[in-house]
Amino acid sequence: MKFLIVVQGGPYTSQASLSAWHFARAVLTRGHEIYRIFFYHDGVYNANGLLSPPQDEVNLHEAWRLLAVENDLELVICVASALRRGILDQTEASRYEKPLGNVEAPFIISGLGQLIDGTINADRTMTFGS
Amino acid sequence: MKKLLFVQSHPPHGSLFGQEGLDAILAGSAFIECGVLFLGDGIYQLLKDQQTTALASKNFSVSYQALHDYGVESLFCSAADLLARNLTVADLIVTPTLLDATELAAVLRDYDGILDF
Repeated sequence: MKFLIVVQGGPYTSQASLSAWHFARAVLTRGHEIYRIFFYHDGVYNANGLLSPPQDEVNLHEAWRLLAVENDLELVICVASALRRGILDQTEASRYEKPLGNVEAPFIISGLGQLIDGTINADRTMTFGS
Repeated sequence: MKKLLFVQSHPPHGSLFGQEGLDAILAGSAFIECGVLFLGDGIYQLLKDQQTTALASKNFSVSYQALHDYGVESLFCSAADLLARNLTVADLIVTPTLLDATELAAVLRDYDGILDF
């Protein structure tokens, strides 16, 4: 079965993103497929590569990054949600004349079309809100 | 062809769930048949005459009047949710179809995908 996972909660502010990460791992462990992971609303904060929690706590950005690299997953963040929350890759940072970007691959900044496409093409959509 | 139901369950201000949910509805309407269900406090998004200037909050709710132009014709809310908030459809900027619990369940079953905000 193909899953679209929608993450709408930020790291360390609600259980949403941590639960979504656990769910994503369970989906793969059970032999299912992840069509895409879409970060929307406060979920875009998961893409912030500047997250620097203490070493004995989970780094959710790093957890998502590793999961994506090891399983060749698409981590898509919504551009409109991201820009208003200061989540920018280097291209957007240059465009908006900001001193730095904080988003790198495997996180990709894209649009809401990716959310709709995912909902249409996946067998199940799982939303982790807050 | 699939069709999607968007569920708006947050009040309009205090978070961006409503505004960003509406953005998703408008995006969805470009691709596929969409419906919108206003659930619980989500019905407050449709209140007429919202004065948001003092909140420094955007009155995005007026855009619901444009949904018709985007081809989004199916708007729903729970009759019990309206009653519990002492509201009637006359208080709302658009006119959703009022549902009882059985009809609500039928609407949820009728759609192929549900996006919750």
